[in-house]
Amino acid sequence: MAEAHITPPRLTLRRITKIYPGCVANDSIDLNIEPAEIHALLGENGAGKSTLMKVIYGLVKPDQGEVLWDGMPVEIKDPAQARKLGIGMVFQHFSLFETLTVTENIALALGDDAGDLPSLAKRIREVSEKYGMALNPDREIHTLSVGERQRVEIVRCLVQPIKLLILDEPTSVLTPQEVETLFVTLRKLAEEGCSILFISHKLDEVRALCHNATILRAGKVSGECKPADESSQSIARMMVGDDTPISTDYPKVLREEPFLQVSGLNRVSDDPFGTDLHNISFSVNAGEILGIAGVAGNGQEELLGALSGEDQVENHDAIHFPHGAVGHLSPRERRAAGMAFVPEERLGRGAVPDMSLKDNALLTGFLTGLVNRGMIAHGKTRDFAKQIIERYKVKTSGTEAHAESLSGGNLQKFIIGREIMQNPKLLIAAHPTWGVDIGAATAIHKALIELRDKGAAILVVSEDIDELFQISDRIGAICHGRISPIKPTPDTTINEVGRWMAGDFAEVEIKA
Amino acid sequence: MDIDLISNILYAMVRTGTPLLLIALGELVCEKSGVLNLGQEGMVLMGAVAGFVAALLTGSLMLGFLLAIAAGIAMSLLFGFIALGLNANQVATGLALTIFGTGLSAFIGSDFVGKPITGLEPFALPLLSEIPLLGKMLFSQDMIVYLSFFLFAAVYWFFRSSRPGLIVKAVGENPHAANAIGLPVIRTRYLAVMFGGAMAGLAGGYLSIAYTPLWAENMSAGRGWIALALVVFASWKVERVLLGAWLFGLASILHLVFQGLGFSISSNLLATLPYVATILVLVLLSRNQVRARLLAPMSLGKPFHASS
Amino acid sequence: MIKLEPRGQHSKLMAWLSPVFAGVLTLISGAILFALLGQDPLEALHTLLIMPVSDIYGLAELCVKAAPILLCAIGLSVVFKAKVWNIGAEGQLLMGGLIGSACALALIDAEGFWVLPAVLLAGMVGGALWAGLAAWLKTSFNANEILTTIMLNYIALNLLIWAVHGPLKDPDGFNFPESAMFSDSALIPTLIDGTRIHFGMLFALLAVVVVWVLLSRSFLGFQIKVLGLDASAARLAGFREKRLVWIALLISGALAGLAGVGEVAGPLGQLVPSISPGYGYAAIIVAFLGRLHPVGILLATLLMALIYMGGEMAQINLGLPVALTGLFQGMLLFYLLACDVLINFRIRIPALSTPATDKLAANQEAAN
Repeated sequence: MAEAHITPPRLTLRRITKIYPGCVANDSIDLNIEPAEIHALLGENGAGKSTLMKVIYGLVKPDQGEVLWDGMPVEIKDPAQARKLGIGMVFQHFSLFETLTVTENIALALGDDAGDLPSLAKRIREVSEKYGMALNPDREIHTLSVGERQRVEIVRCLVQPIKLLILDEPTSVLTPQEVETLFVTLRKLAEEGCSILFISHKLDEVRALCHNATILRAGKVSGECKPADESSQSIARMMVGDDTPISTDYPKVLREEPFLQVSGLNRVSDDPFGTDLHNISFSVNAGEILGIAGVAGNGQEELLGALSGEDQVENHDAIHFPHGAVGHLSPRERRAAGMAFVPEERLGRGAVPDMSLKDNALLTGFLTGLVNRGMIAHGKTRDFAKQIIERYKVKTSGTEAHAESLSGGNLQKFIIGREIMQNPKLLIAAHPTWGVDIGAATAIHKALIELRDKGAAILVVSEDIDELFQISDRIGAICHGRISPIKPTPDTTINEVGRWMAGDFAEVEIKA
Repeated sequence: MDIDLISNILYAMVRTGTPLLLIALGELVCEKSGVLNLGQEGMVLMGAVAGFVAALLTGSLMLGFLLAIAAGIAMSLLFGFIALGLNANQVATGLALTIFGTGLSAFIGSDFVGKPITGLEPFALPLLSEIPLLGKMLFSQDMIVYLSFFLFAAVYWFFRSSRPGLIVKAVGENPHAANAIGLPVIRTRYLAVMFGGAMAGLAGGYLSIAYTPLWAENMSAGRGWIALALVVFASWKVERVLLGAWLFGLASILHLVFQGLGFSISSNLLATLPYVATILVLVLLSRNQVRARLLAPMSLGKPFHASS
Repeated sequence: MIKLEPRGQHSKLMAWLSPVFAGVLTLISGAILFALLGQDPLEALHTLLIMPVSDIYGLAELCVKAAPILLCAIGLSVVFKAKVWNIGAEGQLLMGGLIGSACALALIDAEGFWVLPAVLLAGMVGGALWAGLAAWLKTSFNANEILTTIMLNYIALNLLIWAVHGPLKDPDGFNFPESAMFSDSALIPTLIDGTRIHFGMLFALLAVVVVWVLLSRSFLGFQIKVLGLDASAARLAGFREKRLVWIALLISGALAGLAGVGEVAGPLGQLVPSISPGYGYAAIIVAFLGRLHPVGILLATLLMALIYMGGEMAQINLGLPVALTGLFQGMLLFYLLACDVLINFRIRIPALSTPATDKLAANQEAAN
């Protein structure tokens, strides 16, 4: 205690308020971080975490409030100044340049302190080795895995003297094993006196790593605690409030009648920075949910593109519905055969941002009698959109509201509702709940389970391993464009799937 | 064909390719920063009329070139204000710049059509110009051609080994990331656009003061557009811009070659050659979509607003 | 210092007000320009905008100018909806005129009701072919349509000049670069005697109605709009992108071709080197100014035709260069793009607003 009087907190925020048109992102927030402390900032999507850390990093100017750094009031105008103070930040969406090398990327952020490139490269190598994050400074970013990219982001902060490291949802892109490695690095940093602000919504991780936590809800501080002393349940309550159901366990089922069969699927990615698919084989049975885990960029996009029909495959038979091969069919023809599809991108692909919900209902619903001899049945289309909105409790001003005016959770409910209301026999959903609030996520999970119980085959591809364990009946993983073994969920563990996500599995042999 | 004819053709090729080289170098820098400025044609025309009028009225070719550059920069700032400051669609803004530049240059120049000036004279470098074939091509040109060699080298060095060059590339690839790490996205893009304007203005001045020392409406004859295709042809690589500009220069003077070979083809039909060549180049270079996507600056043409 | 603040959702009101603002700003700039040139601004604007349409002849002439612009612009509204940047209406118009003329000259001795339809059809085919070339280059070779259509414009112009100097030159024409006059059965009849207004204007109006139905009622139009707004959504829904690009470009090309043949078989009556004073480029401005909406385009077309006539009038009466037209066109488009910022952004002058007013605005916004 005596020490705390001598050393002021590393960072103090007082009554930080930031207002955007339409929402108060931060409402009078107080926060204290001590030297060498690992501090968690918890909250749902939209609770104001991102805004707050952008304030600290000088990317957003608060409307009101005070920032104290080592006890002195400061005004952080831009990231350059934040870095000068010793603040480093690892973004959730990496701020890296694909076509440039690791060294060039880091040099860009350091500004005039970068020095010449060869000596910077040497420093990068030293720092990355010291903290157990091996990196080759000469590689171009697009050749790196997501985990390696995160290392670049972290090393970028560490090549300069650092006093506070902010990490925004750093574990969402890592396998469970990589998370462990990251935590070792972070603990080592904290021991050296560096403060860490760890932003997350994964409560187990926070309990394992952080000394203290501040919880945000709807822009306000809703609680503070020592995570190690709390249960995940009690922290979750502080995040979502009293009236939202937190999570439910769904009964698992086992089915045997396959609807979608993928066998020996190979495909070279169209994207120069993409992942090729190698010999992918699995099947999804009617009446079950199959979950496929994986770290982003391991071939999920390519697999989903091949399944949706956006990309057609040469070997037509590699993708099979009960009535025959569909690998050569367009998305429209596959829809006619009973498929529905929820893509990862909601705004721009799942829904046209600048079109009304009515038009967005027509976007994939046109096969359900909404078009008559080439002309749009406007009345029927409006009714269809209205039904989706009512049934899935989409919060919106009405069928004429543009898709871009909806929140992420509401738009996702609309898209999933649009697909489910076409009574699909097969639903493929990519990352169905990323970035949505817990209430919407629960609603989406329930809708999926309900569809499953009606007998549809459902494939969920997700980076959120906890979600997959919650809703999937069987589970597998994808890594480097290859698919792991698939096991019934009760027969496997998060650890095993985590190893699969890292590519630790023998390849499944295809029958001759 | 005798050696003198070849030597003359090479000379004309470089001379004809010079305005293309200047415009394309400017547009390359602009596109590397993520900005697609389709207003090249308008900027060139404004450069041409401003340069010509200044040279005619003051009698100073130097002043003419300076004013041509200034006119190009002024036009590019107009583009910058609307496309970068007001976040307007870059394609539409570029088109507007071309339509506006075409109209304004014709308006300003209407009293000067057909008036003669003494254009910029070539300046043969001693000894070097005596080299067979290449001497006339590279060392018997005028000052602006020599300047274009220098500018080419400068842009090459800029992207290869300068920090500002790295920033321009970063901003063009991922402006959001650039903003997040504190790089000045909009300022960088403004500067790149202004460089493009200066180069297009200079190219215009070259056309009206040196290449054909007179002013005529629409005298750039699509060079601004061809230069845009040239950047695609060059796959956004500086060294290839030079090659492409000279090849296009050659395509534009093919009638000389044909005359030399003793063919007679309608000059109106031959006049379509540079345009046909441009289309062919686009076809050959764009066919492989993957490659095209890999080479083009990733944020090319997309507006950037820090809040989004 | 002004700040731009995203609105979140596009403002429909601003989308329609912006062209009006642009028009007003162009008028103000025009007045300033005239004053600088030593003219009385009001009188000059009167000459430019009122005088040309102060009598029946003037109004008829306005329609003559409007018809080709309207045809090109309404076609462009279809391709632009698909975000296919066809800058080639000018070339497609020229090719329509050229092929239509070739047909009319081949049928110079023919008589009968079928001659004119054949000539018009040939013109539409000419325009569609030229646009189809761009569609082929885009869908098969991924070649940027902005550049290809521009190049095709220059090629079309050179082909036209070649034709009037060569194969289509009037053998009895004292070596003028012009074709022979078409026979009467290949000419579009005039609507009102004593004026040059002809049936072409009716074709244009018909095209407006058809395109309106296409874009607002048909599923094809819907697909074209989705492709333009969000190509990845179109792909997800299984719309056939290449087919849509082809259809949109062919429609646009055929209408531009009709505009071209309407000129040679209408007011001109023969093929000349200068069929069009840039109608195809003007149509781009019209399409933007009219918000790609048929009614908007109709209004914008009338304004554009007026600017053309005003430019001629200013040359005759005030001795100003005819390039005035191009200058006004450019200003109009620039002001439009600048005003369009209001559709997506709110302008805020930080010095004038306090956090309190911001909060108030934010609350109001939230309540909406």
